[in-house]
Amino acid sequence: MSFKMLSDIVNESNQKQIAFWEVVLNDDCKNEGLSKDESMKRMSDIYLAMKEADLNYDPNALSSSGMTGGDGALLEKHRMQPNRLIGDFLTKVMEKAVKMGESNACMKRIVAAPTAGSCGVIPAVLITYEEERKVSVNKIVEALYVAGGIGEVLAESAEISGAKGGCQAEIGSASGMAAGAIAYLEGGDNETIVHAVALALKNMLGLTCDPVGGLVEVPCVKRNVSGAVNAIISSQMAIAGIRSRIPPDEVIDSMRRIGNLIPECLKETSKEGLAITATALKTVVH
Amino acid sequence: MQLFDIIGPIMVGPSSSHTAGAVKIGYVAGKLLDEPISEAIILLHGSFLATGKGHGTDRALIAGLLGMEPDDSRIPNSIEIAKDRGMDIQFGEISLKDAHPNSVLLKLTGKYGRSLDIIGESLGGSIINISSIDGLSANFSGDYPTLIVHNMDQPGHVAEVTSMLSHKSVNISSMQLYRESRGGNAVMVLECDQEIPTQAIEWLKKLEGVEKVTYYSLK
Repeated sequence: MSFKMLSDIVNESNQKQIAFWEVVLNDDCKNEGLSKDESMKRMSDIYLAMKEADLNYDPNALSSSGMTGGDGALLEKHRMQPNRLIGDFLTKVMEKAVKMGESNACMKRIVAAPTAGSCGVIPAVLITYEEERKVSVNKIVEALYVAGGIGEVLAESAEISGAKGGCQAEIGSASGMAAGAIAYLEGGDNETIVHAVALALKNMLGLTCDPVGGLVEVPCVKRNVSGAVNAIISSQMAIAGIRSRIPPDEVIDSMRRIGNLIPECLKETSKEGLAITATALKTVVH
Repeated sequence: MQLFDIIGPIMVGPSSSHTAGAVKIGYVAGKLLDEPISEAIILLHGSFLATGKGHGTDRALIAGLLGMEPDDSRIPNSIEIAKDRGMDIQFGEISLKDAHPNSVLLKLTGKYGRSLDIIGESLGGSIINISSIDGLSANFSGDYPTLIVHNMDQPGHVAEVTSMLSHKSVNISSMQLYRESRGGNAVMVLECDQEIPTQAIEWLKKLEGVEKVTYYSLK
């Protein structure tokens, strides 16, 4: 059974004196009839697929609409510049998020997390974390269970598809999941993890899904960057001790209600917003 | 939703519904035909028609028909691969009545003469539903071994099928019955927890009043 609230996971973690990620792992083993080793092997294969997708980025690939390609390479080049405003960690996160989003648009193999449109957020944050902080792959796999548990709650109690909940359900969910994962990696306790989620989600509430031509490209690819960076700043606020004034599960409930209230024309139907701008209508040829 | 539906699946982009789901529809259809496909007529409906090209829905469906799964890196080149294998492909448009926006009608002909018409719907998050087989309703996801029996609407056919499954220790996860008219064409769709042995399926095919038996195996 999936978790309905973040507090379900936290309570079980406190009662059984096991980590947040282990609660999620145990639940998966029970649901799928897997041993812990089997489930963790599956999760490390997923992480490996994320890393492969990152490495296989093709700077020359162009999506079939012609709208997407090459921006990851621009950020990589920018990362080599000496007088950058932003530090290595965040610059790398931005680059990896765009690269993954572009690879997805160009029909490369990616990991939907939670969706294909938001596939850049979690790997951008976790792969960069592994590279820059020199932690073990096992630790990252644990963080993926943290992210997955948060995602289960979001799927159960809000939405994780743009068609149902707007972009807040896709990039927003991915960002909340990544924020919790980073909070865990940085040594945050359960409360820090769930408040990182709440802080990240609050910054994404109300985000609409109005993709140009109905394609997972504009604004989706670059929104992966904002989701990834938002995950990091939110986790840092939580690590610093900042708490969301609205409890995490209440934030998720408002995300659900807001998602229901977003009009259909802004939920993956491409009937409003960016999708009907003069340039969008001119650009897209079916 | 299960954990690995949230962190995953591993798939070729860009869209879980319009790409990964489309591969899965093609894959299930190809397995149901159960022989190499010589001709595929692919009629796109709704959003599959409107945004399918940009999402590679066309290439995804063909890849599935060729037996590729949603994480296969060859999906973008599936049309060329199909041509090399001698598959004749025609794309077209259709407006299906009361269909899900992401729907496709696949009209398949096999090398050895079998034919199959299937309507597949992609429900989002790479979850699919096969809603019709040869013009008769059906509803199954392709996540279980599935037995589809076309028969005359006469007493006894359900008992024949279920007692065979009982005899083979196959547990039924879901079962649906549909008919065109009283005493006319009927179909039963059974999703099972175990695979059904081949000889049991062959036995079913020989029964009087059973017109067609189609089996989707997860193997």
